[in-house]
Amino acid sequence: MITKEAPVAAPAPARTTPEPPRPNKKRRAWDEAPRWQIYLPLGIYLVFTLIPFYWILLFALRPAGSSSLIPWPMTTVHFEKVWTDRSFGTFFYNSVLVGVATLIMTTLVALAGGYALARFDFKIKRAFMLALLCSQFVPGALLLVPLFEIFAELQMINSLGSVIIAETVFQLPLSIILISNFIKNVPYSLEEAAWVDGCNRFKAFRVVVLPLLRPGLIAVGSFAFVHSWNHFLFALMFLNNQEKQTIPVGLNTLMSADSVDLGALAAGGIIAAVPVVIVFAFIQKWLITGFSAGAVKG
Amino acid sequence: MAHAAAVAKPPRPPRRRRASATPRRLPYLLIGPAALLMLGFIAYPVISVFYYSLQNYNPTKPWRNGFAGFDNFTRIFTDDPLFWDTLVFSAKWVFVEVGLQLLFGLALALIVNQTFVGRGLGRALVFSPWAVSGVLTSAIWVLLYNSQTGITRYLADMGIGDYGVSWLSDTSTVFPAAVVADLWRGVPFFAILILADLQSVSKDLYEAAEVDGASRFKQFWHITLPHLKDAIILSTLLRMVWEFNNVDLLYTLTGGGPAGETTTLPLYIANTSVDAHDFGYASALTTVAFLILLFCSMVYLRLSKFGGEK
Repeated sequence: MITKEAPVAAPAPARTTPEPPRPNKKRRAWDEAPRWQIYLPLGIYLVFTLIPFYWILLFALRPAGSSSLIPWPMTTVHFEKVWTDRSFGTFFYNSVLVGVATLIMTTLVALAGGYALARFDFKIKRAFMLALLCSQFVPGALLLVPLFEIFAELQMINSLGSVIIAETVFQLPLSIILISNFIKNVPYSLEEAAWVDGCNRFKAFRVVVLPLLRPGLIAVGSFAFVHSWNHFLFALMFLNNQEKQTIPVGLNTLMSADSVDLGALAAGGIIAAVPVVIVFAFIQKWLITGFSAGAVKG
Repeated sequence: MAHAAAVAKPPRPPRRRRASATPRRLPYLLIGPAALLMLGFIAYPVISVFYYSLQNYNPTKPWRNGFAGFDNFTRIFTDDPLFWDTLVFSAKWVFVEVGLQLLFGLALALIVNQTFVGRGLGRALVFSPWAVSGVLTSAIWVLLYNSQTGITRYLADMGIGDYGVSWLSDTSTVFPAAVVADLWRGVPFFAILILADLQSVSKDLYEAAEVDGASRFKQFWHITLPHLKDAIILSTLLRMVWEFNNVDLLYTLTGGGPAGETTTLPLYIANTSVDAHDFGYASALTTVAFLILLFCSMVYLRLSKFGGEK
């Protein structure tokens, strides 16, 4: 329909200089909306996004009973109380353990499975793919009772291992699909070239493919970490001992108390938010490239 | 396309065979851990849910335990108004949430896809609630909706509304209040996925459309939207399933109340199994919920002609 010459030909008569306007024009097409059409809606949405964050900071930093809208005079008393009296220090440690273990297990297992799907044809491949897709519809929350019985059988109730396994399992299907797509984007010929140079399959993978997977692995790993850090039901069900509980369960306990200590709740919320916000700020760029490289396009 | 061809074409078989010592067993070894984990902790629990759905199974009333046939299912469909109530509320919750999240997420993605000063910071701030958990979202909005020191108090100071109003304990305001809280966290999910997909729209298309004199709206309608179609269908589906299944937020924000006003089907099931210990009946409810979900997903994928045209 549209010939290649058209873009060059059209702007030429309008401009006095034929060459420079082209890149300019190109950007105009979509990228350059009027400024107010960007800043006005973005500003309104930012207010909606940021007020809740400000609100929790406000409650965490101002003394109990104050109704000032500025957290001044500032106090750290809520943090001290939550960290020691409400054992958020212990919860924090448990949550980090669960998050990191889930991240490592999910990434390793999904890397192996994803490589198999991307590079081999084998008998049960289709069935395995179908199982991955179907498991997306299996609600973890609705399997709580049988899962509880399995972990009771394995003597794993009240151990963090139960939560780590459960989080990993429900994180796996999506991670495998994502990673296999990332690997498909790496040309097979690169690996073959490494074999010719004397690498075995594993070394070729490690030296050639793995570095190229970095954005994708960061996206998948951080996904697993953030999910397990945030997830609540498994920890609530499988960990009865207060010493073993995680941050979301601690927050829920604060919230379901008869008279909620708002300052403590806010401080606990900040403690819950800090790691994920740091992870998020760090990976934000990779997240977009990671997803656009492999995600939705099957 | 290119990489698919590279994988499909068998590139010089002898070399390939030499490089992999055990080509037959290797793929099975590689998917082994994943397959075992999923068999043990997804497939087996699912099967046991199906099994329990045909049983009377209640640890607090062991004398009644035993085979129940389809009694549990008969009870669901003929004798349980709560099932229908919670199912209707689930549908309402999922449609309103996913619809609004998609709408705002799409708009947001289009905005932050533009080039403007402060884009990086803008993106980071706007996306940040994505990383926040359901429980933390609840904690934040409990502080905001609190009747004594929440936002209504400051609104009342300015002469808007009354003092002591609690949106979460009033049956007429609890639904919009919960929806807004979940939107706050849910919109970035769509925005991130759609923004990721926007990166792969060919700039040449816009250039050509511009030359043809198409308005910006027309460019969106004829170029951007068709390109995003598959991503939108898939992310809406995933999100609908997720919103249906996820109980974190409602469990902690409203507890399904006031007066059962915000109880979704999964929340009802959780209450039936955890509080009432009626595992057999909860399993039957789970089976029904699972089948409804599967059916709706198939209908959705069929209606939306996913993957067609390309």
